[in-house]
Amino acid sequence: MIEAKGLTKRYGATVAVDNLSFEVKPGKVTGFLGPNGAGKSTTMRMILGLDTPTSGDVRIDGQHYRDLHQPLTKIGALLDAKWVHPNRSARAHLAWMAASNKLPKDRVDTVLDMVGLSSVANKRAGAYSLGMSQRLGIAGALLGDPEILLFDEPVNGLDPEGIVWIRTFMHRLADEGRTVLVSSHLLSEMALTAEELIVIGRGKLIAQSSTTEFVDRASGTTVKVRSPQLDQFQGLLQQHNLVTRVEEPDDQSKALFVEGNVTTDQIGELAAAQGIVLHELTLQRGSLEAAFMQMTGDSVEYHAHEIAEVTDVNVPALSGTEVAAGPKEDN
Amino acid sequence: MSVIAVERIKLFSTRSPWWCMIIAAVLTVGFAALTTGFLNAEEEQQATIFITQPGAQLSQMVMMVMAALAVTTEYRFGTIRTSFQAVPQRASLLLGKTAVVAFLAAVVGLIAAFGGWGIGNLFAANADLAINTSAEWRLIAGQGLIFALSAVIAVAVGILIRQSAGAIAILILWPLLVENLFNLIPKVGDDLSKWSPFANGSSFLNQGQDFGLAGGDAAGSSFALGPWWALLYFAGWAAALMTLALFSASKRDA
Repeated sequence: MIEAKGLTKRYGATVAVDNLSFEVKPGKVTGFLGPNGAGKSTTMRMILGLDTPTSGDVRIDGQHYRDLHQPLTKIGALLDAKWVHPNRSARAHLAWMAASNKLPKDRVDTVLDMVGLSSVANKRAGAYSLGMSQRLGIAGALLGDPEILLFDEPVNGLDPEGIVWIRTFMHRLADEGRTVLVSSHLLSEMALTAEELIVIGRGKLIAQSSTTEFVDRASGTTVKVRSPQLDQFQGLLQQHNLVTRVEEPDDQSKALFVEGNVTTDQIGELAAAQGIVLHELTLQRGSLEAAFMQMTGDSVEYHAHEIAEVTDVNVPALSGTEVAAGPKEDN
Repeated sequence: MSVIAVERIKLFSTRSPWWCMIIAAVLTVGFAALTTGFLNAEEEQQATIFITQPGAQLSQMVMMVMAALAVTTEYRFGTIRTSFQAVPQRASLLLGKTAVVAFLAAVVGLIAAFGGWGIGNLFAANADLAINTSAEWRLIAGQGLIFALSAVIAVAVGILIRQSAGAIAILILWPLLVENLFNLIPKVGDDLSKWSPFANGSSFLNQGQDFGLAGGDAAGSSFALGPWWALLYFAGWAAALMTLALFSASKRDA
């Protein structure tokens, strides 16, 4: 189990990771989700003891990474597939890694075989395509047959074949009962791979929940309303504690969206009770991406400010899960 | 001692260390051939062992470049992170690298020195090139120690600077230029020069030598310490820089 408590990393004035606390549960694939620049890689580097946290700490089964002996047998990681000397062969790269953790030499051939690189194992790693480098990185992560695996954006830049391969591989690792933490900014990818999700934005924890919960919430419905008495109707809905937002791409299509899994029946009845004319009343299903954008929109680094307000309005819609946005929790 | 095995595999699985070692050995031997190959009979009488070692400093530089590159390429390609991930005890890993590199430098230093001496014997057969005084042993066999210690300094500088061009520039400019420029500073210059690390390294090799053909002041200025104290002083610099480097690498984000 990986456990982070109040993990914080500052680079000068920039806060890369801000008081982040989470748990990666054993025997599951956990997706580590956040927009680019949210602090996913920095967090992973702190887990592996490469970067020292400014404050807080992260432990693997109760131990700091720096105190582990032969850590490859406990936790394997692929943070960057290009961290290989380009003039060294894949076999030699894995050979020194194996030697460092006193792993048997035949383990190198075993993992090369697992990732399908046996036939090119003696070629220089610099000549590998990104997909092949990624496979080599995964071979390195699996070398010590660890129970925990960490992958940082493993599908980034891969062709469809490579993506399918990685996805299948993750499932296989999960089926073997390993703990996998895999980061991504692609929600759809995570929906296919991860059972649990840790969502971060601008270094802060936004949500930690099961993927099913997240998807339920994400695919929650909104009701679209067009009406000549839109402002009046919006006031009415707000009196009923419904969360609303107005979008007006142009004058004709100004529309009101009612959030929070309300039905068209409810809204229609409300309108009828007050004698409000409706021009349109439709049910809309949100996409995973849209929900993710709404949740992390506030947290996207260098983002325009208007979106932040919209997101704040939407926060009540997330109730029922562990939402840790807003005020920091003391640990 | 798995860190030794790790660094041995790393070093020998790329080609550049091989080239550096071959070039280092060939330079000393080649220069010895040039300096001893064209002597007339009278010059040959005056030739001493010293004349067989003119390329040694150049070879030493090449080995320092190799030693620095052994670290800086790891930073350049990010393998240092993979290394620290595999062995989170950073100081132990880097000491393993230092040991492997220093050992190879010593071996190359000895091959270069004895190779140059051998070529000298071949080309200047009438010169007295027998190694029979302790000073002469120091000049030839001592190269092993000097090569090893300068490799330690090079690894330390590589760890501190983390990038190839900077580290190599410092490692070449410092002994070849900066230590000599100290002489130009009035009053303190002479002392600065005498107490410079590499000056003491060559002081260990050159004190009490019969410079023969090369002339009396071939070894440069006066010495601050006796030969073995000078070596110890040089080793002290290597140890201090390495301590600083290990401390810095353990603290820094990789």
